[in-house]
Amino acid sequence: MSNHHIALAVNGKPVEADVESRLLLVHFLREQLNLTGTHIGCDTGHCGACTVDMNDMSIKSCMCFAVQADGAQITTIEGIAHADGTLSAVQEGFRLMHGLQCGYCTPGMILRAARLLMENPDPTEEEIRQGVSGNLCRCTGYMNIVKAIQYAAAKLHETPLVEAAQ
Amino acid sequence: MSVQTVESERAARAEKLEGLGCKRKRVEDIRFTQGRGNYVDDLKLPAMVFGDFVRSPHAHARILRIDASRAKALPGVLAVLTAADLKPLGLHYMPTLAGDVQAVLAEDKVLFQNQEVAFVIAEDRYVAADAAELVEVDYEPLACIVDPFKSLDPDAPVLREDIKDKMEAAHGPRKHPNHIFEWSVGDKQATDEAFEKAEVTIKELIVDHRTHPAPLETCQCVASMDKIKGELTLWGTFQAPHVIRTVVSLISGLPEHKIHVIAPDIGGGFGNKVGAYSGYVCSVVGSIVLGRPVKWVEDRMENLSTTSFARDYHMTTELAATGDGRLTAMRVHVIADHGAFDACAAPTKFPAGFFNICTGSYDIPTAFCSVDGVYTNKATGGVAYRCSFRVTEAAFAIERAMDVLAQKLAMDPVELRMKNFIRPEQFPYQSALGWEYDSGDYHTAMRKAAAAVGYEKLRAEQKEKRDAFLRGETREIMGIGVSFFTEIVGAGPSKNCDILGIAMFDSAEIRVHPTGAVIARMGTKSQGQGHETTYAQIIATELGIPADNIMIEEGDTDTAPYGLGTYGSRSTPTAGAATAVAARKIRQKAQMIAAHMLEVHEGDLEWDIDRFRVKGLPEKFKTMKDIAWAAYHDLPPNMEPGLEAVNYYDPPNMTFPFGAYICVMDIDVDTGVAKVRRFYALDDCGTRINPMIIEGQIHGGLTEAFACAMGQEIRYDEHGNVLGASFMDFFLPTAVETPVWETDYTVTPSPHHPIGAKGVGESPHVGGAPCFSNAVNDAYAFLNAGHIQMPHDAWRLWQVGERLGLHH
Amino acid sequence: MIPGAFDYHRPTSVNEAALLLRQLGEDARPLAGGHSLIALMKLRLAMPEHLVDLSGVDGLKGVRREGDDLVIGAMTTQHDIIHDAMLAESLPILRETANQIADPQVRYRGTIGGNVANGDPGNDMPAVMQCLDARFRIASPDGEREISARDFYHGAFDTELHRGDIVTEIRIKAPPRGHGYAYEKMKRKTGDYATAAAAVILTLEGGRCARASVALTNVADTPLWAEEASKILAGSDLGKETLDRAAAAAEAITNPASDLHGPAEFRAKMAGVMLRRAVMRAQARAKA
Repeated sequence: MSNHHIALAVNGKPVEADVESRLLLVHFLREQLNLTGTHIGCDTGHCGACTVDMNDMSIKSCMCFAVQADGAQITTIEGIAHADGTLSAVQEGFRLMHGLQCGYCTPGMILRAARLLMENPDPTEEEIRQGVSGNLCRCTGYMNIVKAIQYAAAKLHETPLVEAAQ
Repeated sequence: MSVQTVESERAARAEKLEGLGCKRKRVEDIRFTQGRGNYVDDLKLPAMVFGDFVRSPHAHARILRIDASRAKALPGVLAVLTAADLKPLGLHYMPTLAGDVQAVLAEDKVLFQNQEVAFVIAEDRYVAADAAELVEVDYEPLACIVDPFKSLDPDAPVLREDIKDKMEAAHGPRKHPNHIFEWSVGDKQATDEAFEKAEVTIKELIVDHRTHPAPLETCQCVASMDKIKGELTLWGTFQAPHVIRTVVSLISGLPEHKIHVIAPDIGGGFGNKVGAYSGYVCSVVGSIVLGRPVKWVEDRMENLSTTSFARDYHMTTELAATGDGRLTAMRVHVIADHGAFDACAAPTKFPAGFFNICTGSYDIPTAFCSVDGVYTNKATGGVAYRCSFRVTEAAFAIERAMDVLAQKLAMDPVELRMKNFIRPEQFPYQSALGWEYDSGDYHTAMRKAAAAVGYEKLRAEQKEKRDAFLRGETREIMGIGVSFFTEIVGAGPSKNCDILGIAMFDSAEIRVHPTGAVIARMGTKSQGQGHETTYAQIIATELGIPADNIMIEEGDTDTAPYGLGTYGSRSTPTAGAATAVAARKIRQKAQMIAAHMLEVHEGDLEWDIDRFRVKGLPEKFKTMKDIAWAAYHDLPPNMEPGLEAVNYYDPPNMTFPFGAYICVMDIDVDTGVAKVRRFYALDDCGTRINPMIIEGQIHGGLTEAFACAMGQEIRYDEHGNVLGASFMDFFLPTAVETPVWETDYTVTPSPHHPIGAKGVGESPHVGGAPCFSNAVNDAYAFLNAGHIQMPHDAWRLWQVGERLGLHH
Repeated sequence: MIPGAFDYHRPTSVNEAALLLRQLGEDARPLAGGHSLIALMKLRLAMPEHLVDLSGVDGLKGVRREGDDLVIGAMTTQHDIIHDAMLAESLPILRETANQIADPQVRYRGTIGGNVANGDPGNDMPAVMQCLDARFRIASPDGEREISARDFYHGAFDTELHRGDIVTEIRIKAPPRGHGYAYEKMKRKTGDYATAAAAVILTLEGGRCARASVALTNVADTPLWAEEASKILAGSDLGKETLDRAAAAAEAITNPASDLHGPAEFRAKMAGVMLRRAVMRAQARAKA
């Protein structure tokens, strides 16, 4: 059916493409842009493995057509580290606090956590749990994900990190 | 140097290694946190095409006609495979791990909803999905069996026409065309006698309901046949890549050395990714037919409704005891619902897995258990969902039954357990059902757990709340769940464990390079357990080489030594042992080289963390790094150069991790909503390799157990329609629903494992489910609710309240 | 899961959108947040040939006050509603409800217009709209009209909307200052539809309930305004006996399906339990 020309920015770089109307954003990112860090877990918008940041919102890229992203600013996991290649606070938190195991939910979880902290730099544990409730993890039981996000919040505030040292 | 300085210098050297016992941060996470994992669906090969299935809408139906002409006419469609195409190749059925066969594509009948009927291959996945819709299939629906207790009825419809006359099957005689096997262990006569004489007995049908492992990444593969070289490369989500290679060779006829099976990063397995599925076979055939790589990626609905359910064990459990609560016998009969094909993943000689661990942690003098496996019109599987084979079911039966008995005896569940635990001096302990438990100290663990939660105080609080409830002052009831599990993991010794005739050893191959850097490969395959981190820690301690200088590789059958894979908590007991043994072989050779370098006798050297030093002359030493260099240029006469070793480890026994769990739960009687107030888990997995990873495994396993106990379920209606096969309905708790976990431990090393480790990944799941269920049952116990079946979702608990007349 | 093929349209005005929908007929569907529709399309339970994306239409977003009315543009997202200061002040039940819809990602994109107009009995906002006696403003190529939320729903996915109709805004007369409110939702987990839910708005005068309005979610094929229960509460002391009668009246009008949330009789009872709890919470919040 119809094809559409789209122009958007992904991880700060301009991208243009012709896409079929029904092409899902997640497939556009993974297969046309080779940004395979964004994953597909459930196909129905429940697991959040496909979460990316679009126009300052966390969105599920398997519940969005690529054509809807025309004009958008998108950040994926590949674009979240610091410019010098070092890990961002959230990424570092996940590693140091053992906030991941199989790694499959991790990119979506990190993108969501980063957005959460931008909106609420000092979240309570309850706010963190609510904040990542659109992202399923099958491995960790979430406790260390909560700690990872707490770590990142503290690091972004530059407050001392007692627990991280262990 | 003072003694103190020497010791602190040694401690500093040891710490630098990041060896055993270190909370080493994971190597894997550097790529995973940056989206640089390499999962199957990330793979993109030139000219790759996509496969998609046409599936049956019926649970049981005869296929009258398949017409793929409209699908084939769609631009971009390359092929549509049906059983008729596979039959000439002998590939329309494939062998299962349980000695049965399973239809790759249904030939003349479908036996469960969503069974594979045709495989469409197209240029891209969108076209493949469109084409699958265009394949026309006419069915004649047949009466179906959903309730396993009806499978063996005399007038039950015969499900498996392909084997209806084969009354002697892989596990012995079958007593009905829908019967798969009968498996029994123990002394029936002595057990029956003990029950006749018993002062107290209990009998309860305890159901461990059907569920699914549902890793976040579904099952998927890419098959690529190089017709010129006659070589097949198969990438896939395989927990056991070497076994998959052997199976592919056996069924395809391709020589094993021309098959390259590669399991890249895996997004969780939990038992889902052990078996061989139609998608793999069809992708291989598709690639052979088309000469192009074929990718197959399961969607979530396919995953939940076709590949590998777990549980569905209906366990009539009986205990006999003296009036003062000493167990005298156990008797269990199980109806095991295996679905339409017996694709249960278990060692070949164990059609019911290790269900005979069902005597649990207790010194039960005599026992008998028997299991009847039956066919139904449901999906296949019976896999070990985050547990060793059927150990979750066994632990659930005994731990629930212990609480039922405690209630009948009006005894506290902790007291009843303490009274019947196998005593420390009884290890190694011979169980009535044939296992030799390696080690344990159950009393200490139970006492520590009870003290940690303030068990007496909780019981006092519960009594107050019960009284308040009866007075009408609260609508909330409180349950205290106790479970004490003993697992059996690390399959296993070749004397009794094999899969398709291959003994269940595992392996490690370690090479120390001249600079002292190491590469090591194992026959197992991590799916999130962190093998790249932890195996390196074992080697670091054994060889005195920093873990950061050790690279671990798994999953490529071309490079890794043969092994049986990762499931059933077997990696640490088998490949972990192989790693330690191989490392010790290297250290032996290193000692000879060091002696040569230091011009002393081997016997004059002693190992000191990262070096061999001359006894009594600590300043004369050679570090492992020095020795590695020498191994490639300065060797004793007649010694082979190099510094490497291989070990295929055939464990002398299983390992038996155990633990004590206590759960405090509050239940809103009016809604049936249960809330976990507190959960304490004490685990004893023997020697602890990486406490951080152990804790993570326990958090994850408890969360899965919580889900299974509180609502996760694969349900069918009476027509065999699978219900709720999406993440909309299938209960996977989010961060909001998941309780906070408290972890604790004792350490009772395994006496037969080289480093004393037992394995831990599955303990929390095995011990968790009965603990949650016991908490629920305990909450209602004072109202004489009787045994309440899992899962304990709100509506079922509300029904309990209705039954008891609690709502007004 | 792959959706079927379709044509995509992105009009820039309400008029253009309405004309498109009228022209394209039954094969066209408006697209707002997409979380209901795209999931159905991926399951191939919906196979529209045209999607008319409303995200480019001017003037459908935002909250404003017009006289006694609060006016919410149909494309205002649940996230916007949660963070809108005016709504927090005047209609806090909307924030409470929006926070219980799906999950954060869905709330960023999910719109209030889509939630009320889709006709899905599982959606939360329709009952709240009935509770608040909201009016939906509808544009079509024939002109504009307004329909009360209490008259809007006919059955599952069956509403007052006809081909070419677009809900453009929602108008709500704000309840008096100091009113009590609650949206009590029972669900199996985050992201789930309600097993049963109750929306309550009430005002207190001298310790008694002066006015009350109750509506229920997902216990019939439409949202239910519980008129009888509302009458029982109004003028009462909100005591146990009143709550029992109100709950019974509410349960009586339910007709839930038996599904994986539980059997029908359970869900009907839960409607009553949610009602009681919502009333008690609203009462505690209300200023006498």
